[in-house]
Amino acid sequence: MKSLAELEAIRNKTLGSINLRNDREEGTRIVVGMATCGIAAGARPVLSALVDEVAKRDLKDIIVSQTGCIGMCRLEPIIEVYVPGKEKVTYVRMSPEKAVRVISEHIVNNRPVKEFTVSEADK
Amino acid sequence: MNIVRSHVLVCGGTGCTSSGSEKLISEFEVQLKKAGIENEVSVVRTGCFGLCALGPIVIVYPEGAFYSMIKPEDVETIVQEHLLKGRIVTKLLYEEAVSEKNDILPLSETQFYKKQQRIVLRNCGVIDPEKIDEYIAFDGYKALGKVLTEMTPEQVIDVVKRSGIRGRGGAGFPTALKWEFAAKQPEGVKYVCCNADEGDPGAFMDRSVLEGDPHAVIEAMAIAAYAIGSEQGYIYIRAEYPIAVKRLQLAIDQAKEYGLLGNNIFDTDFSFDLEIRLGAGAFVCGEETALMTSIEGFRGEPRPRPPFPAVKGLWQRPTILNNVETYANIPQIILNGAEWFANIGTEKSKGTKVFAVGGKINNTGLVEVPMGTTLREIVEEIGGGIPNGKKFKAAQTGGPSGGCIPLSLIDTPIDYDSLLSIGAMMGSGGLIVMDEDSCMVDIAKYFLDFTVDESCGKCAPCRIGTKRMHEILEKITSGKGTMQDIENLKALANSIKSSSLCGLGQTAPNPVLSTLRYFEDEYIAHVVDKKCPAGVCKDLLQYTIDKEKCKGCNICAKNCPVTAIIGELKKPYEIIQDKCIKCGVCESKCPFDAISRK
Ligand SMILES: Cc1cc2nc3c(=O)[nH]c(=O)nc-3n(C[C@H](O)[C@H](O)[C@H](O)COP(=O)(O)O)c2cc1C
Ligand code: SF4
Repeated sequence: MKSLAELEAIRNKTLGSINLRNDREEGTRIVVGMATCGIAAGARPVLSALVDEVAKRDLKDIIVSQTGCIGMCRLEPIIEVYVPGKEKVTYVRMSPEKAVRVISEHIVNNRPVKEFTVSEADK
Repeated sequence: MNIVRSHVLVCGGTGCTSSGSEKLISEFEVQLKKAGIENEVSVVRTGCFGLCALGPIVIVYPEGAFYSMIKPEDVETIVQEHLLKGRIVTKLLYEEAVSEKNDILPLSETQFYKKQQRIVLRNCGVIDPEKIDEYIAFDGYKALGKVLTEMTPEQVIDVVKRSGIRGRGGAGFPTALKWEFAAKQPEGVKYVCCNADEGDPGAFMDRSVLEGDPHAVIEAMAIAAYAIGSEQGYIYIRAEYPIAVKRLQLAIDQAKEYGLLGNNIFDTDFSFDLEIRLGAGAFVCGEETALMTSIEGFRGEPRPRPPFPAVKGLWQRPTILNNVETYANIPQIILNGAEWFANIGTEKSKGTKVFAVGGKINNTGLVEVPMGTTLREIVEEIGGGIPNGKKFKAAQTGGPSGGCIPLSLIDTPIDYDSLLSIGAMMGSGGLIVMDEDSCMVDIAKYFLDFTVDESCGKCAPCRIGTKRMHEILEKITSGKGTMQDIENLKALANSIKSSSLCGLGQTAPNPVLSTLRYFEDEYIAHVVDKKCPAGVCKDLLQYTIDKEKCKGCNICAKNCPVTAIIGELKKPYEIIQDKCIKCGVCESKCPFDAISRK
């Protein structure tokens, strides 16, 4: 260890991966519906794609977690995005490719992907 | 390191390990693989979460679901339901952590954690103590970096001084003063030592810190070394703490690999190396001069002070010795500032204190509270009260060197000075709760039994005096005591206190003196009435059969191991007192409650 910068680099590298152990309300959460209906519709690869993408982009303060049945089984796989201070956005009929776009457009660039949202689904 | 979506934290402290947490870890690995999600969920072995009574404990993040008393059979359910499908298994959760609406409450809102404030234990149960990167992620070694690159040794001592921190190993000596003495000694070889002997029976605070966050102690020792101008440190730890020793060694190795120990740390002129020295578990080796003698390779016996270790310690060189918990506070003080620390606690006792709470209490475990928290808050709120609806009688702090706090003083704020003023002491943080079924004379005898065993024998008052005191207590508890014996106890106690060489002898009479102070009536009951009011001292007990209630069923006689019960079927039975060994089996077997103990 030659410098504080080196220490800081290790800190940043590790913090992202263990920060979800803090009991905190802050930060963005992406929740995937993983009840039987969700899994049958292909929620598992969606979840994996989300986790991979978060890791690949080294995003901090993002939690990807799963929940039970969201209640609209015909629209599964469903994911919900909670950004602090904003309304929840619900995306339906997800696929791994769509999930990656949600990360890049909604999470990174702060522009929800309108065409995948539940309000667009039945149009 | 892979980013995973969920972390399963399994307590790997000594308590949970002995209740089977290792098995849980391997079972989690098997079940995660079976579910095909082993790459998304990581299983982490952490240090103690504190709630040992409910172990083994598993916490699943990000939800923060706190599962208690988990058995290997439960693992499959948690994996399939919670980790795969996202349905928290409410029935396995710690019941305090579930709200009325069946949601999970943040741990910080449960009774057990609500009044706690975690400085020393902040990483325990949060990080994997075997990974230095995780310690660094939560600001580890940042304080050392700051000290080495921005502060002079004098500034470090000044911050420690203004924080007001006092030693957590027992005596409560101001830490900065000790450092200052050592720093002022002429340049040359100096040593920094850590006392991890923890000999107080029932105490496990230091062990838990070393098991859960070993790097905090290493970092603090390096800071102390910089402050006094030392290049070599020793951690003295008992060999009976195998998990702590292993993690500590691993942590030292990792710190060396990263260059956080060794030569020219952070590219400065400062070099520091650290070694572990194993102790054999003698209580007296926790005393500072005995500890240093033991590190030097001799039999661990105390020597007179002065010279104080800060002037002439290890190998006759200036040495500072601090307790594990004292050290664990230091990096936080450096990072958050002296004022932050000085704002916590009471006027003369700053910061928090970790207690190992045991005995007759529901939530046995490790708690960290601000100084000044009352005993009542610890017992009734955090500790969840006394089991089986029994009443609180007293609590012992400071172990064999300390004293008891009776019910009438349960609202005493716990800090160094209040405890001393009521005849107890802070000690290292063991806190043993006693209920109405505890006999205070028996408790005093128990602690004296311990000191008689642990006295090193170097000086007569302690070696012979404690033995004599123990004999008198033996006499009193077997019903042969006299009022003169009580007076003799007091006289002996006072002369042992004033004439022993080291702290062990000087404090050994405390449990007797404090029980005499608050419970003299119990001593008198043993001596005058030949009765043990709590029903503990066997020689003073009699089991008798109530002739009215006895139906002559013969069950007691069949169960008595020494055939001390005689009688005829369907007629009242009788106990032959000379034969009775007072095991109490008959009382527990009688279907008619006809047998009583008096
Ligand atoms: C008999 C005896 C046993 C002791 N055992 C311990 C111990 O196990 N751990 C400890 O830190 N201090 C123990 N001490 C206190 C040490 O002598 C010393 O005061 C302490 O380690 C200093 O560190 P501190 O200033 O950080 O509290 C013991 C003292 C006596 C007299
Ligand atoms: S007081 Fe007891 S333990 Fe201490 S030196 Fe004397 S005999 Fe040994």
